[in-house]
Amino acid sequence: MNDVDLELDCRGMLCPLPVIELGRRLAEVPVGGTIAVVATDVAARVDVPAWCRMREQEYVGEGVAEDGTPRFVVRRVS
Amino acid sequence: MTNASGTPRPGPGVAPPVYLDSASSEPLHPAAREVLLAALDQGYADPRRLHGPARSARLLLDNAREAVAGCLAVRPDEVTFTASGTEAVHRGLLGLHAGRSRRGAAIIHSAVEHSAVLHAAQWAPGEHVSVAVDRLGRVAPDELARVSLRAPGGATVAAVQSANHEVGTVQPVAAVAAALGDVPLFVDACASAGRLALPEGWAAAAASAHKWGGPAGLGVLLVRKGARWRNPFPTDDRVDERASGFENVPAALAAAAALQAVVAEREEVGARQSALIDRIRAGVAAVPDVEVVGDPVDRLPHLVTFSCLYVDGEALVTELDRRGLGVASGSACTASTLEPSHVLTAMGVLTHGNVRVSLARDTTEADVERFLAELPDVVRGIRAELGL
Repeated sequence: MNDVDLELDCRGMLCPLPVIELGRRLAEVPVGGTIAVVATDVAARVDVPAWCRMREQEYVGEGVAEDGTPRFVVRRVS
Repeated sequence: MTNASGTPRPGPGVAPPVYLDSASSEPLHPAAREVLLAALDQGYADPRRLHGPARSARLLLDNAREAVAGCLAVRPDEVTFTASGTEAVHRGLLGLHAGRSRRGAAIIHSAVEHSAVLHAAQWAPGEHVSVAVDRLGRVAPDELARVSLRAPGGATVAAVQSANHEVGTVQPVAAVAAALGDVPLFVDACASAGRLALPEGWAAAAASAHKWGGPAGLGVLLVRKGARWRNPFPTDDRVDERASGFENVPAALAAAAALQAVVAEREEVGARQSALIDRIRAGVAAVPDVEVVGDPVDRLPHLVTFSCLYVDGEALVTELDRRGLGVASGSACTASTLEPSHVLTAMGVLTHGNVRVSLARDTTEADVERFLAELPDVVRGIRAELGL
């Protein structure tokens, strides 16, 4: 999917690995850019928005990847 | 080197372990220990029989019931002893549900109820509807009333805890009861009983002795005089028609003794614990990327929960334990299921890297300072291993 600047494949990773991946790779997108976390772990649904709040980034929302896996989109604001 | 119970004894110069998990189970209160030992010798007989030892057991049971009723400001005939807090929850909630089965079909509950409430609601015939909470974990009385009015087939009962067992937030129970109108309210008071006065407005309520320093294996079910409650389980022919099984007289008496002691000292202990929790909340908040959750003021006196970004909850609990600090966690990796805590999820706060600290009645300032001294290093160490 090309609607984001970077998509992280976190399928199969258990918490807190998807959020760690998000934190590590945020710098790879420009300020104003978006990053998607595709994760099978159920905790990501809560932890990605919570991460955005704590790190003062913008949580854009939840969608699904082509295979139906939940996909959480974040915009880098700083 | 081990002691009698087989646990390693700290070597010279090593501080003894600090227990910071009283919300899971409070150590037995000294007042309960003495009573328990005496009651084991005097309260063994069947309290329904007519001989001397039976009358003695019956007297102890009645004394326990009166003492518990006095501590909770209820009538003795509103008190039933059960085999656990969970059983008291099951009987309280399901008994109100059964009592109104002609007028409704659905159980309403807050999203942050204890799993004992959630499992009972799932088990019961009919629907169950969860009501959302805010970021602090608090349910809104008007929202709960709205959901209750819209419930499929009508609401039989609503369940709202007195205070949350994971994050400490006190629920607006009296306002919930007022908003519900004639739908009866079940209050799970296991987290607060003894520590805070019982809130008003319930038709049935539940408490658990080992949460206040009584023995495990003893719950308290309260059913308001006149409440429409029907036994949801097979009946039995015991002293109390709402209970089943042979009465645990020694445990009931010891639980009552502990409750009396805890209620007598709660103003002093609660104020001291609350100040120590404030200290922990401030100290923990100073660690980078840590979120302290739950209401900072309107809360249980003895517990606090926080979550550490990027940190695995199991690693955190294990490393703290290695350093002699026993805490609980609501993170998925430390739970019996793969699901993260439904309480943290409902609040929308970080579910990983979670720690719940809860103080025992004799937890000292030095214990708290030791925890606060160790925690930043533990968090830093786990993050460093990840290269963060």
